[in-house]
Order: sequence, then C-alpha cells, then structure tokens
Amino acid sequence: MDGDRHIFSVTEITQGIKFILGQQFSSVWVEGEISNFRPSSSGHWYFSLKDDASVLSGVIFSRTGKEVPFKLEDGLKVICFGSIDVYAPRGSYQLIIERIEPKGIGSLQLALEQLKVKLEKEGLFAREHKKPIPYLPAKIGVVTSATGAAIKDILKVLDRRFKDVHIVIAPVKVQGDGAKEEIAAAIRDFNAYNEACEARDRVEVLIVGRGGGSIEDLWAFNEEVVARAIFASKIPVISAVGHERDVTISDLVADLRAATPSVAAEIVIPLREDLREQLEGLYLRMRNSFTGILTEAAQSREEALRRIKMGMEHIWQLNRQGLEGLAAKLLRVNPSLVIPEYINKIRECARQISVRVEHIIALKESRFGGVIEKMASLNPLNILSRGYSVTFLLPEEKIVKNAEDAKAGSVIRTKLSNGGLISTITEVLPDGGNKV
Amino acid sequence: MAEIKFEEALKKLEKIVEELEQGDLSLDEALKKYQDGIELSRLCSARLENAKKKIDVLAKNKKGDFELKPLEEETDTQR
Repeated sequence: MDGDRHIFSVTEITQGIKFILGQQFSSVWVEGEISNFRPSSSGHWYFSLKDDASVLSGVIFSRTGKEVPFKLEDGLKVICFGSIDVYAPRGSYQLIIERIEPKGIGSLQLALEQLKVKLEKEGLFAREHKKPIPYLPAKIGVVTSATGAAIKDILKVLDRRFKDVHIVIAPVKVQGDGAKEEIAAAIRDFNAYNEACEARDRVEVLIVGRGGGSIEDLWAFNEEVVARAIFASKIPVISAVGHERDVTISDLVADLRAATPSVAAEIVIPLREDLREQLEGLYLRMRNSFTGILTEAAQSREEALRRIKMGMEHIWQLNRQGLEGLAAKLLRVNPSLVIPEYINKIRECARQISVRVEHIIALKESRFGGVIEKMASLNPLNILSRGYSVTFLLPEEKIVKNAEDAKAGSVIRTKLSNGGLISTITEVLPDGGNKV
Repeated sequence: MAEIKFEEALKKLEKIVEELEQGDLSLDEALKKYQDGIELSRLCSARLENAKKKIDVLAKNKKGDFELKPLEEETDTQR
C-alpha cells in the first residue's frame, strides 16, 4: 500500500496548487462587491470580493493603489483585473489586483461622486460658509490661464462695462499635470497678498475658472486640493468653469457659481448705464429731500413765529393779573420811592439835632453871659469908676503896687476912671503911715 | 477725496441720501450733507465716464513678497 502512495509534503502540494492556479488564472477579470476592506499600515489594501455565494480574497499593493483615483469602500461593485496567487505560509489564495474600476460608472466620475460626498459631509458646500460677493469690487483677482479664453472674455466684459476696476491676474495652468496645484497655490497667493497689504488695496473678489472644454479638461476644478483652497480663501470666490452641463466641485465650494468667465465678470462689474441710473436716482432723491428740508425749515420758521406770538399773548392773558399784582409789589419795593422817605427821616433827625444843639448853645451862651458879667465886674476900669486908680512909674510904665517902688522925685502917671494925672512924688510914706 | 474709491463714494452718497430722507437733521447739517453729496455725485459721475481699466499680474519678487506688475500686452494701452 505504502509503495502505491505518493506522499506530498505540504510545501510540495502548495507549490503544485500555486503552479496550476498561476497558469490557469494569470490574467483574469473578476467582478464582485468589495467587503471587509482593510487598508494596512504599509499602504497595501486588503479586502474581499464577494457575490451571492462566494468570497475571494484580494489585495492591491500600494504601488497599484496610488493609481486608483476613487476610494475603495465596502459595498462598492468593481471589476478587477489581476492574477490568482497562493500565499504559501497561510495556504490561502488571493487575487492580486493590477487594475480596478467601478462597475457601471467611470473611475473619474466615481472619484468625483466620492469626493462630493466627503466634502459635503465636511460642510464645504454648506450655505452658511458662503461669503457675500461684494458689490462694485475695486480690485478683482482672476485665477486662470494667461493665454486662455477666460481672461480674454473677462477683459471684453470690462470694455463694455464700468472701467474703474483693477483686474489682477494670477496666471496658472488650468489643465494637465500640476494644474490643480497651481490653481490652489494662486488662490492662496491672493489671500497672502491681501494679508500683506492695506485694507483699501485688497483684492475683494476672486474669479477662478477657465473657458469651456471637455470634462477631462476641466478636471483640475474637481480636485480636492482646489476645493480646499477655495474653501479656505478669505476672499469670496466666484467659480467660472466654462461648462454648463457639469457642475464641478469648485462650483459647489465657491461662494458663487458663474456658468462662464464672462458671466462671472458681468456679476462683479456692473453696467455703466446701471451705475449712471443709480447715481442719478441718488442725486434726485438727495435734491428732493434737501428741498423738502428747506421748505419745511421755512414753514416751521413761520409757524414758530406764529406760535411765539400766540404763545406770548396767551401767557400775557393768563398772567395779566398776576403780572399786575407783581407790578404793584414791585412798585412797593421800588427803592426810588423809599429813598425820599429816608431822606425825610434823615432831615428830621438833622433838624432835631440842630434844635438840640441850638438849645445847648443857648444854654451855654446864657452861662457864658454870667461869666462875662462877672468878668466885667472884675474889669479894672470898672474898679476905677468906683474911685480907685492905678499908678504907673514912669518912664517904665510899671504898675506901682508898693510905696517903696517909688522915691521922692519919681514921676508917676495916675490912671483914673476917665483921664489921668502926671505927678512928681514929693514924699514916700511907708506902710502903716497914718497919712495914707 | 481724490483717492476715494468709486464704491466708497457711492456708499457715502447713499448714506447721505438716507440721512437727508430721514429728515431729522438740522438745517445746517442738512446743508453740509447736501454739499458733500453734490461733491460725491460729481466725483462718481466723473469716475464713471473717464475711468481707465487697469490690469496687473500677481507676481512674487526676489524677496518673496507679492507685487503687481502690469500685464505685458496691456502696457501700451495703459501708458
């Protein structure tokens, strides 16, 4: 029995299976639904392809995975191309996928749809993030090709319209390799420019776009990096991708979507005629309201005058009595009336004072009169009249009070009550002489 | 006043019109506003008729700062 038996080692039989499967299934297309998708840390993607009854393990190595534009996820129906390989250490087989594409839809389209869902979830399209487009922006930034149709269209619009705008172009590639990066960078550059300059020199709105083309030509405007740059822009962005049928991701993220670059320019650059009308309207409104103010002022001045008059009369009427009372009171306290009264009083006082003084003077005078009489009685002349006389020794005219003042032979003058006598002394009689 | 932007001038004019229309200004204020308004509307209308377009390219200089350079094909019409 043992001699009939061919015994394989595990490795031998695994190698055999690997060989057969490799030969039979080296280049196969397999359709299935992705399940149990597990990206590894090394960048390889492991998942299962399944249908109603079976499951097939699959792997996309990172090198291949980088080429896949859309995102793999469970439930996605795909068509894969690759080869079946056996993984000997586990004794398992799997489909090593070289190409993968979604079933029933283009890869790009799927990628677009997936990106839309992702950005939508993140809120990049949300209305609350839409910035208002400024009216009459003085400086307009344009992100587009320097040689493309878009810039020509925009400048043409400018010629027809209000010219007092400043267009700043950031020339970029709008298709092909590096286009998305250049577009995103230009949007960031405009924002950086604004950061660096004064408020009045800032770019107020951006037009990001290109002229018409195929969906592939427009693809840069569907790229995530562009979407994120538009979303991050502090300057309001108008997307202007010349393709009316397809809405690009840029259109969804932008603050406003214009169907073409010309339309974008027309949105931000008003017609001169419109502005002229607006100006005229403002001017008329201003003139009318000012005329109104003037008329009103004139009327209200007259009205005010009338009211003042009326009011004065009314007040007069109301207060007449009060006024009269007050006037009477005023008259009473009028100092010009009080002063004469005081003057009279002062005069009366003065008079009384003078009467008293006269009295006193009279009194004094009468007393004085007595004194004078007394004095008169003391007058030596009066004594003389009573028979006395005064003797003066001559020539000195010295009054002789003592007999010894004179000598015999001295000449004397004797003053009598009227007249006098000049005599020569014949004899001096000493005091106590009987002859005197 | 010469450096004012068209849009700023228009906004100022609108504000003046609104203030005049509200009518709670004194006569002096109204007169002042009216004079300013006339000046602004003259300025706007001159700007409207005589403006020249200006087209530049956003460029980075050697220092890495942004600057605006006239667009090549427009330089002759700009003068």
